[in-house]
Amino acid sequence: MVKLDAIQKRLIEEIADLHSVPSGAYNFRANSQLAGRNTTANIDIVSKPDGSGIDIHIKPGTKNESVHIPVVLSESGIKETVYNDFYIGEDSDVVIVAGCGIDNCGTHDSEHDGIHRFYVGKNAKVRYVEKHYGSGDGKGQRILNPVTECYMEEGSNMEMEMEQIKGVDSTERITRAELAADARLVVKERLMTHGSQNAVSGYQVNLNGAGATADVVSRSVARDDSTQTFNARITGNAPCSGHTECDSIIMDNGHILAIPSLEANNVDAMLVHEAAIGKIAGDQLIKLMTLGLTEQEAEEQIVNGFLR
Amino acid sequence: MLEIKDLSFTVNEDNHQKDIIHNLSLTIENGKFVVITGPNGSGKSTLARLIMGIEKPISGQILFDGTDITELDVTERAKLGISFAFQQPVRFKGIRVKDLLRLAAGKNLSVAAACNYLSEVGLCARDYIDREVNSSLSGGELKRIEIATLLARHTKLSVFDEPEAGIDLWSFQNLIRIFEKMRREIEDSSILLISHQERILEIADEIVVLSGGQITERGTPAEIMPLLIGQSAPVSACQKLQ
Repeated sequence: MVKLDAIQKRLIEEIADLHSVPSGAYNFRANSQLAGRNTTANIDIVSKPDGSGIDIHIKPGTKNESVHIPVVLSESGIKETVYNDFYIGEDSDVVIVAGCGIDNCGTHDSEHDGIHRFYVGKNAKVRYVEKHYGSGDGKGQRILNPVTECYMEEGSNMEMEMEQIKGVDSTERITRAELAADARLVVKERLMTHGSQNAVSGYQVNLNGAGATADVVSRSVARDDSTQTFNARITGNAPCSGHTECDSIIMDNGHILAIPSLEANNVDAMLVHEAAIGKIAGDQLIKLMTLGLTEQEAEEQIVNGFLR
Repeated sequence: MLEIKDLSFTVNEDNHQKDIIHNLSLTIENGKFVVITGPNGSGKSTLARLIMGIEKPISGQILFDGTDITELDVTERAKLGISFAFQQPVRFKGIRVKDLLRLAAGKNLSVAAACNYLSEVGLCARDYIDREVNSSLSGGELKRIEIATLLARHTKLSVFDEPEAGIDLWSFQNLIRIFEKMRREIEDSSILLISHQERILEIADEIVVLSGGQITERGTPAEIMPLLIGQSAPVSACQKLQ
């Protein structure tokens, strides 16, 4: 049974597009307490004995099932670090939806640091969706420092969508991945910062096996006085292919630092990086204004499209 | 009806003012299809941009259906019923063809309706409706999508800046059919087009020849076409090859 108040429900809607209790496995965490859990025949969720987080076990061959593990913080002054480990069995095909919403109306900082480790079995396929959202008008900061680690076995496939569009004051996200032969990792990151927010996103992807591929693409918008740092490194240790791209729109007094980097330790490693930072093009605004949009509406459409 | 009165526009070049449009006056009656032609640098595109409000004149007046729009911005002119097709359409990362058509229509267009506009411009709707208006589209594809946005706009005055450029693979006949359809379906609508293309000049109600920021000739195709033959501007691609 999941018990959530109105603020918590709203946060859950923002981060997981959930309007009701999802089907399949789930673990809801609200203000550092377990608020609801469901397991299925193929997916088991158990609390770590020391209370530091949960282990999610997905049986080999599990197909078309999902796991939701949303976290909401609606009390001011909570600071927590949670370890969630996912053991994804061979040949399975699952969707994992995580995310954290913080509503801070108080004066103390609220912080959730989620450390997610994925052990992806041979030929398993995972789609991982993570959304971060902050709201509340208190002076307390909303802080999220997620760490994501992926250990991908031969032929496994992982697609990660990570989105942080609104309201998080400070974030430092680190993503690390180790890929065996023929494993494939696709990362799609969407980030928007405003006010005086600060966001740092770092990636270290190691392509260790022959045929491993990685595609790390980040799109971000920095408005007002916010600051962003994107630091992505792909290392090729085998015949492999990797691509990283950082594409940013800078607005107002924003500050963006993009540091894509590549490291090759094998003559057959094919690695590419791209980075671009620019303001919204004047002709884009004019085009949308000729369709009857105001300058502000045009800007909104361009940013929304860019972050889609 | 569009009335342009004594319009002038200059740019600053090497610290002196260069005339681009000089005391130009032109009236486009309702229901008319007017083509502006002239050599490169004659001020054609600038005139189109002045009408849409993308550029501001240094003097003169523009009236649309009797309202002075000289001081209105692009958005206000668009809302009054002026639309504009860019010579080089703009690309957007993340904005899809259907999003652009919806914005153009100003309402939540059904997918079927959006597809109809694409079919009109000779694009297989199913293949394009969900595509992003980004660099994966060719110049010709973008050009046709640009024309489709004007169909979706459905405005009283449509200004096209060289719509035929880059759409070689598509027939002129279709482009001409679109202009005719627009005139038929939108009551009292007029079309102002910038073109060098003989086949487009031929179907105009009126041709206006611009040179050095001023109108040098205007009249029906029968009157103007003979004057243009032999000049470099209005020749078809085939003639250029010969």
